[in-house]
Amino acid sequence: MTRYESLEASLGHTPLIGLPKLSPKSKDGKPPVRLWAKLEDRNPTGSIKDRTAIAMIDDAERTGKLKPGATILEPTSGNTGISLAMIAKVRGYKLICVMPENTSVERTQILEMWGAKIIYSPAAGGSNEAVRVAKELAAENPDWVFLYQYGNPANTLAHYKTTGPEIFEDLPTITHFVAGLGTTGTLMGAGKYLREKNPNIAIIAAEPRYGEVVYGLRNLDAGFVPELYDASIITRRFSVGAEDSVRGVKKLLEVEGIFAGISTGAILHAALGIAKECVDAGVGADIAFIVCDAGWKYLSTGVYGNDGDPEVLDGQLWA
Amino acid sequence: MSAPTIEVRIPTILRPYTNSEKVVTAEALTLAELISALDNKYVGLGERLLENGELRRFINIYINDEDVRFMGSLAATLKAGDSVTILPAVAGGC
Repeated sequence: MTRYESLEASLGHTPLIGLPKLSPKSKDGKPPVRLWAKLEDRNPTGSIKDRTAIAMIDDAERTGKLKPGATILEPTSGNTGISLAMIAKVRGYKLICVMPENTSVERTQILEMWGAKIIYSPAAGGSNEAVRVAKELAAENPDWVFLYQYGNPANTLAHYKTTGPEIFEDLPTITHFVAGLGTTGTLMGAGKYLREKNPNIAIIAAEPRYGEVVYGLRNLDAGFVPELYDASIITRRFSVGAEDSVRGVKKLLEVEGIFAGISTGAILHAALGIAKECVDAGVGADIAFIVCDAGWKYLSTGVYGNDGDPEVLDGQLWA
Repeated sequence: MSAPTIEVRIPTILRPYTNSEKVVTAEALTLAELISALDNKYVGLGERLLENGELRRFINIYINDEDVRFMGSLAATLKAGDSVTILPAVAGGC
C-alpha cells in the first residue's frame, strides 16, 4: 500500500537497497558478504530524524506536555530541527532551534522555510555548545517545551518500534547493523531490537571525527555523552574522519548511484571495513547500514564536485 | 618482546601537557602501559585521561580509529604501526 492519509503518515517503511557492486567478492567457495543500504532520505523531510521528531512530538502531546500553540525548543545540527519544523508548521506549534553556527547554509534555509527561529551557538565545541545553550534557554523559559533528542526515550523507542523491525523484516539474515552515532537513538533503539531478535547481530557505531575546532572545548568537563547512550548495546565503535567520509560518499554516488549526505560516507566506511574483515575470515555476512539523508543539504560545501576537497569540512559540523 | 613505538594524537585541550605537541610517541604493549609512559614524559597527562583507574567519562581513545572501550579498554593491546588518537567526547548529529 503506497497511499497515505497525510505526509506524516508516510513516515518510515523506507527501502533496503542491495549494493551488488560495492559488496566485496568472497574468496572461492566462501559464502557471500552483502551490503544493504536503508534509504532514510525517503522520509517526509528527507532524513532519519523524521522518526525521532514525530515520535517526540506525539509523546509530548500524549503526555500533555505539548499544548496547542506551544513553543518547542531543540538543539540540533540540522536534520532533527528540519523534521520538527515541518511537523510544527503542520500541527501549529512554534519552533526555536539552537544550531551551531558552523553548519551548512542549506540547513538554515530549510529551517527558515518552515518557519523555525534559529539561535546560533558558537562553532567551537560543536553540538556540545548547542546542547548547553538549549539547556540554559530551557531553564530560563519554563513555558517552552524542551523535547531534547539526546535524552528523550521517545527517540530510542521510535527506532526500537520502527527502524529495527523494518530492517529485520526485510533482512532476517542480518549479521551486522551499522549506523551513525549522534544522539545514539538509532543505534540504541534499532540495536536493542535486533539484539533481542538475534543476540549474534553485531551493532556497529560510526561516529564522525570532526576538525579540531569542534573539539575545542573550554575544559574536559564540557565533554558530552548523550543521556540515551548505553554502551552495552554496541559491539564496536569507529571514528571516521572527513576524508574517509567524503571518499565513502563518492563511492556510493559513483558505484551504486546513491546520492547520500556526508555522514553516510562515514557509516559506509565502517561498513566496508567490516565487510573486508568478513571476506578475510571467509565468513558470510549481511551488513545493513543507514543512509541518514541525501546530499542536497551539503552541496554548498563543494565536496561533491570532482575536485571536492575534504579539507573544506575542517571547521564544519558536517554530520 | 620489546614494546613498539606508538604515535599518539593529542587534542588541543590536552596540549598544554605536551609542550603544544600535536603528535607524541611512547613505547607500550597495552593502552595502560601507553598512558603510564605518556605520563612519565608529560607529567599530569595521565590524570587527565584516567579517574580511579578507568578512562574518564568524557575522554575517548581510539586505536586505528576504533574505540578502545570495545577492545578491552586499558588492556587493549598495541602493535608496531598502530596509531592512537585521544579526543574529548562531543555530541554528533545523525
